[in-house]
Amino acid sequence: MTDPAALATEPLFGLPLADLWFGLVFFILAMFLFLDGFDFGVGALFATREDDDERERLLAAIGPFWDGNEVWLVVFGGALFAAFPSVYANLFSRHYLLMFAILGALIVRGLAPEMYEQRHDDGWQRWWGRAFVVGSLTAPFFLGIFIANWVTGATSIVTLPALVVGLAVVALTVVDGVAFLRLKTRGDLRDDLRTDGYRALGAYLVLVVAALGSVYAAEPALRSALLSAPVLALVLATLALAGAYAAATRADRYYVAFGAAAGLVFALVGIVAGLMYPSIDRATGLTVEAAIVSTLQLNLMSIGAAVLLPLVFVYFAVLYTAFSGPIEAGESY
Amino acid sequence: MIDPVLGSRLQFALTTIVHIIFPVMSMGLAPFLVYFTWKDIRTGEPIYEQLRRFWTRIFAVSFVVGTVTGIVLEFEFGTNFAAFSTTAGELFGGPLALEGMMAFMLEATFLGVFVFGRERVGNALYMVSAVAVGLGTWLSAVWILIANSWMQTPRGYELTTANGHTIVELVDPVAAYANPRFPWMFVHMQNAAVESVALFMAGVGAYFVFRHHVWEYPVENVAFWEATLKFGLVALLVTAPLQVLHGDLYARHIVETQPQKFAAMEAVWETDSYVPEYIVAFPTSLDQLLDPRAKEIFGIGIPGGASWLASGGDPQATIKGLEEFDGKQPPVAIVFWSFRMMVGLGFWFVLLAVWGGYRWWSGELLEDDLLHKALMLSTPLGIIAVELGWIVTEVGRQPWVIQDVLRTTDGVSPGLTAGEATATLVGFAVVYLGLLALYTYVVVRIVRAGPPDGDDLATRDTPERPASEVSVDD
Repeated sequence: MTDPAALATEPLFGLPLADLWFGLVFFILAMFLFLDGFDFGVGALFATREDDDERERLLAAIGPFWDGNEVWLVVFGGALFAAFPSVYANLFSRHYLLMFAILGALIVRGLAPEMYEQRHDDGWQRWWGRAFVVGSLTAPFFLGIFIANWVTGATSIVTLPALVVGLAVVALTVVDGVAFLRLKTRGDLRDDLRTDGYRALGAYLVLVVAALGSVYAAEPALRSALLSAPVLALVLATLALAGAYAAATRADRYYVAFGAAAGLVFALVGIVAGLMYPSIDRATGLTVEAAIVSTLQLNLMSIGAAVLLPLVFVYFAVLYTAFSGPIEAGESY
Repeated sequence: MIDPVLGSRLQFALTTIVHIIFPVMSMGLAPFLVYFTWKDIRTGEPIYEQLRRFWTRIFAVSFVVGTVTGIVLEFEFGTNFAAFSTTAGELFGGPLALEGMMAFMLEATFLGVFVFGRERVGNALYMVSAVAVGLGTWLSAVWILIANSWMQTPRGYELTTANGHTIVELVDPVAAYANPRFPWMFVHMQNAAVESVALFMAGVGAYFVFRHHVWEYPVENVAFWEATLKFGLVALLVTAPLQVLHGDLYARHIVETQPQKFAAMEAVWETDSYVPEYIVAFPTSLDQLLDPRAKEIFGIGIPGGASWLASGGDPQATIKGLEEFDGKQPPVAIVFWSFRMMVGLGFWFVLLAVWGGYRWWSGELLEDDLLHKALMLSTPLGIIAVELGWIVTEVGRQPWVIQDVLRTTDGVSPGLTAGEATATLVGFAVVYLGLLALYTYVVVRIVRAGPPDGDDLATRDTPERPASEVSVDD
């Protein structure tokens, strides 16, 4: 790629850019579900903690991180819009009311921690605490339904596979949240969370099996994809990662458990992408190759992403290094 | 049940009008926060730590509310304007994706360090985080305005067909993204943001200075409020005259690139020369009150003023009238009045700046109660001027969503039903007005609580001090 004029006609370095952007879009989605997933999980676990001090520690744990985590959703929307605009348009307008449910949940979830800390009286904190829990449960639930509908090509909101996937995503965020909180807390709270983690993991495995089973039963067109080697490998990887998560949690190997939780999220998104490819939208039947933007725009976007995404990882490394380790006594949101 | 096209337009207008308040606060506060952080680190004077911490609280709340309202805007292109997204996505989606990756990521990650990290990171990294947050907010505007300016003056594209849809295809990235409108919009927007925050700071500062010095009702931390007033005034002295001068040149650029919008701004129906600049204009007959074509009007105008403005100095110049353009006109009355009110406010801000600057220079800044009252009343007016400016920009471009390429009515999602449009319009009206009320309530609360007090500052180096910057009651 030495001739700038070739940018308009030749893919950069001859790479399969359409497939790479398909992968990138799902990678960004997985980053969002993993990073903001533990924020959602912390929000769900907030409901299980009555003690004010413990609740403050939960909020303090995600305080510096969640803004950055949530941006991955914005980048997901932007990347899908930029690389596959017709898919973005069709997918979002088709799920009109569901998108607004997701947005509503995210608004409530996003406001709640900030508002919770604005006034330190019981009534105010009780209501914003509830909003935090409700937003943290409904956002991943609706997102799960959205993802399931995307894969199956369903346009209505309520299908059995979609409901099961929604619940599975909620359970996964709790698994994720436990893994994160065990890095960020000490003492009794950290020990108590272990049980929550086992329960959420069990629920997740049951729901994933139920989701795959219901997709198999209800969507004959997806059966061969479901039984393809990459998807089966990811299902097996899910089981292995679940085992690793449980063992690491038992042995108090916090970083291993956190890594396993990340692996579970990436495996789930990988299954979704595997079921979809080479289509990128079952409802319209558009393939990745047909839906991609022009070569010139794709080349420019690829240069942009190749420069910017590594920088983003530097920012996250700075942030997570600055706030590594458990919350110190007295440290609050 | 509302028509899906009208519903989508109203919904987008409502969500944009509410959303824009929060990025304006963030973008306007950013240079102040960088300066306060720099002075805090370099001098260690408590006043700068107070300024930094106090305005960081307002910034953090603005950022959170701006984020949750902004995600909605991004998604609305897909949900409500799917036809636009399909047609223009190739050019329009790229800047949005780059905004997320380049700007929003930078701002959001370093905001965590900036808000929570004063005790955790060294001075150098803390300063870097302040600059990164500020840079992130401004880069966001770069990408959003690149996208928007392309819709105003589209360049560098060709119409082609893909999957059965007519779409714009990028052919000349420099023409498309280094768009002639972009520098005008960016300077006008960023200056407006700083000006709005300057007015906000001056107004809030004036309130406490007024209570303390004029009413002689003792106010804690009065030095903090005096400093706030002065910082606001300094910024206003820089930004207010610049905005008027720049706005005048910007209007001439609109004459050249979007003559239909300019005709709507001046309500010129028939092509004419020596066109007056009306300050006010009312139909003399009540029957014609709602008729935008009313001819019998009572107006106070400067003869040849609009021609002079459009041409840059020639009162005899010809202005192309609205009737010369194919297709529908924008809602002229909205554009005409929004433009007038924006310009009027712009001059009022210059007057305030000069007035405040003069009193400061003559040593009477703390005693001029009329000035304090004027500043207090003007606290939200910068934001209102920004809103009016955006109404001129966006409504003035109608009926086009992409000037001369795609009509707004053709950009709406084809499958959208009246029921869906109505449900979400009502839902967003409730939620967004609630958000605005909540934001106002929280900001007022933060202002009333005032800066962190001296005792709090004295304990800044002890480990017991909470790391919080955003909690009011700590």
